[in-house]
Amino acid sequence: MRRVALAGLTLTLLAVGAAGTAVVAGSNNRSSIPVTFSDSGPEPQLSRILVEIEKNRLDTALAQTEALLTQYPNFRLAHLIKGDLLLARSTQLSTFGNAANAPQEKLTDLRDEVIARLKAYRNREATAKYIPRYLLQMQPGQKHAIVIDTQKSRLYLYQNDNGRPRFVADYYISQGKLGADKTREGDKKTPIGVYHVTSSLPPQQLGPLYGTGAFPINYPNEWDKRQGRNGYGIWLHGTPSDTFSRPPKASDGCVVLSNVDLDALAKNLQIGLTPVIISNSVEWLSFDDWQNERSALNKKIDEWRSDWESKDVDRYLKNYSKKFQTKDHSLEQFAQQKRHVNAGKEWIKVKLSNVSMFRNPGNEELVVVTFEQDYQSNNLNNQMKKRQYWIREDGNWKIVFEGAA
Amino acid sequence: MRPNSSTPSLARLTAIVIGLVLSLSVSFANAQANPQGNPQALPEIQRLMKQGQMPQALEKVDIYISTKPKDAQGRFLKGLILTEVGRPADAIAVFTKLTEDFPELPEPYNNLAVLYAQQKQYDKARTALEMAIRTHPSYSIAHENLGDVYAKLASQAYDKALQLDSSNAATQTKLSMIKELISTSTKPGAKAGAAATKPEAEMVKTAAAEPPKTKPVATPVAPPAKPVEKAPEPVKTPAVKPVAEKPPVTPTPVAASGEADIVSKALQGWASAWSNKDVKAYLAYYASDFQTPNGMARKSWEAERTQRIDKPGKLQVSVDDIKVSIAGDKATVRFRQHYTSATLKTSASKTVVFVKSGGRWLIQQERVG
Repeated sequence: MRRVALAGLTLTLLAVGAAGTAVVAGSNNRSSIPVTFSDSGPEPQLSRILVEIEKNRLDTALAQTEALLTQYPNFRLAHLIKGDLLLARSTQLSTFGNAANAPQEKLTDLRDEVIARLKAYRNREATAKYIPRYLLQMQPGQKHAIVIDTQKSRLYLYQNDNGRPRFVADYYISQGKLGADKTREGDKKTPIGVYHVTSSLPPQQLGPLYGTGAFPINYPNEWDKRQGRNGYGIWLHGTPSDTFSRPPKASDGCVVLSNVDLDALAKNLQIGLTPVIISNSVEWLSFDDWQNERSALNKKIDEWRSDWESKDVDRYLKNYSKKFQTKDHSLEQFAQQKRHVNAGKEWIKVKLSNVSMFRNPGNEELVVVTFEQDYQSNNLNNQMKKRQYWIREDGNWKIVFEGAA
Repeated sequence: MRPNSSTPSLARLTAIVIGLVLSLSVSFANAQANPQGNPQALPEIQRLMKQGQMPQALEKVDIYISTKPKDAQGRFLKGLILTEVGRPADAIAVFTKLTEDFPELPEPYNNLAVLYAQQKQYDKARTALEMAIRTHPSYSIAHENLGDVYAKLASQAYDKALQLDSSNAATQTKLSMIKELISTSTKPGAKAGAAATKPEAEMVKTAAAEPPKTKPVATPVAPPAKPVEKAPEPVKTPAVKPVAEKPPVTPTPVAASGEADIVSKALQGWASAWSNKDVKAYLAYYASDFQTPNGMARKSWEAERTQRIDKPGKLQVSVDDIKVSIAGDKATVRFRQHYTSATLKTSASKTVVFVKSGGRWLIQQERVG
């Protein structure tokens, strides 16, 4: 009677296996992986538990589930598995989560969570082999960068290793109840784009919903506003104390982490500096492809700089898109002003430093470039932090927006 | 976390009396051990209990226990009476002490579990039932109760997983309290033996306010012939594979009749070492590959035996009706074992398998039946 196969659990496991490529079960292959993964979360244990269930070793699975609950007492998913494993001792199970009279949507939430966690765990090798396309260049002051995949319910933390992103850790996250690609206030969606952490809110200032802390990001950014997107108050934040984690789709648009994960992440965040790039589905590049994209764009930016120094306004304006706009001016107005200013120039020197380049997730080919600009000329010196949005237009990179950052 | 539902006590007591136990082979020899003791005291207490006269039963059992403080049967009845009169905390104390003093008895564990389950302490109930099954793998009531406790624990886990507001208040557990101490014995190997001559189980409804169950509670204890080692082991797979399935087939050769005497002497030496509480000599009769009950570690088994045998009070173990069959270096001995201690007197059929090792016959297996 005790040797009842947990049909539902096994099905889930198979589904995960089928969906992911290169399935890594258990810890067998770990020795061959050169990098350190964030195996501190519950995923390795969850994975082992489901392997035990698949092999019909329900006693071991139950013992491991109980151990997991000792570590994470409010981990609802583990409670569900525990319930199934206990029930399997007295009755035949039909599915994953056999609680009678349970609201279906709650069961669905937990099923979605287990699938999200296991998929991420089993495909974790991608994070070591490939680089998220968005992290084209971190500037030296940026110690870390965050990339979020909303579909996979995953946050990846990268370290700046002389400009090359190195994978540090990844964490399960929850996104908006209605998914990603926020456009309107109250649409319960998580924005897609290149953002950064703007402040840190201690738990004392927050309601219990936000757990151990919150880090607002700069949604809507310049590009969002230009696209007419609105809303506000998008944060990375923690979890209320009565639960270890929340379902994959749970927030009003914020990115939610477990408190323990948020605390670990918080140590690496620099206010005003750490990029937070949110994607629907992260694109990954090989090192060579990433290197090519990065140097091509660096070359274009340097061309723009030297064109500016040339005092040849037409040559300079060739770097700008027809759709170019600043906060206050159209391309025409901008061009007019440049011609006017340049008339009085005998010489111009432009130096750029701390250049960061982050590709904007989505269909458009758009890169957010931020740098410090040291402008000198015969009649004006100026230093500023500038942000440009470069867009690929007819095969060429052009500036579509620029302004003080 | 979830609001405590105000449902009545979930675990219903199903009053099941499993036959009458005090058959010829097992008797609680009060008179022998204690001349002042009234040999009719226990049946009288049971009669009072059946008639629902609990205060009188409690009074009698307290007197009985005062003359025989170690007697398992009397203390067991006291636990039942305390349960019936609604003193679960005291009943828990009595049964807990019984499990400590007689860890080989499954019934106190079972009843402890029922009491814990009534208090919704399902984790404790589970531990107690798992202990009952560990000592007594084929104990069907404990298995049934454990099934119910697992289901309760499962629904608690679901409540936590899904933040349900006790959606399962309707489901009731059907844990059964054991009303008789059947497997009384101080020997782990002798557990199932007591049931061997029991009459067919019968269902009797007693005081608990419950309609009679139609659930057949046919054989709450293992069929006597079944060796303990072969019973399904729910907790963990036994480390040692049972060899017991193949009794030696070769009839004792004529030449071995002298050898049979030697084996028989070894058996008697073993019983007398036990009788004399000579633990060292007793343990020396066991082969290094002796199959311990439930595959427990040799050291723990030895510790348990030492503690059991070394208890103060009189002890008398004798054997008779010895039948030896030898096949090569293996001898299977069937016999009757008579065991008398301060608290207990039993007779049971046993089988011991000896192996010849370094010129000596040593015990490799020991089982009831």
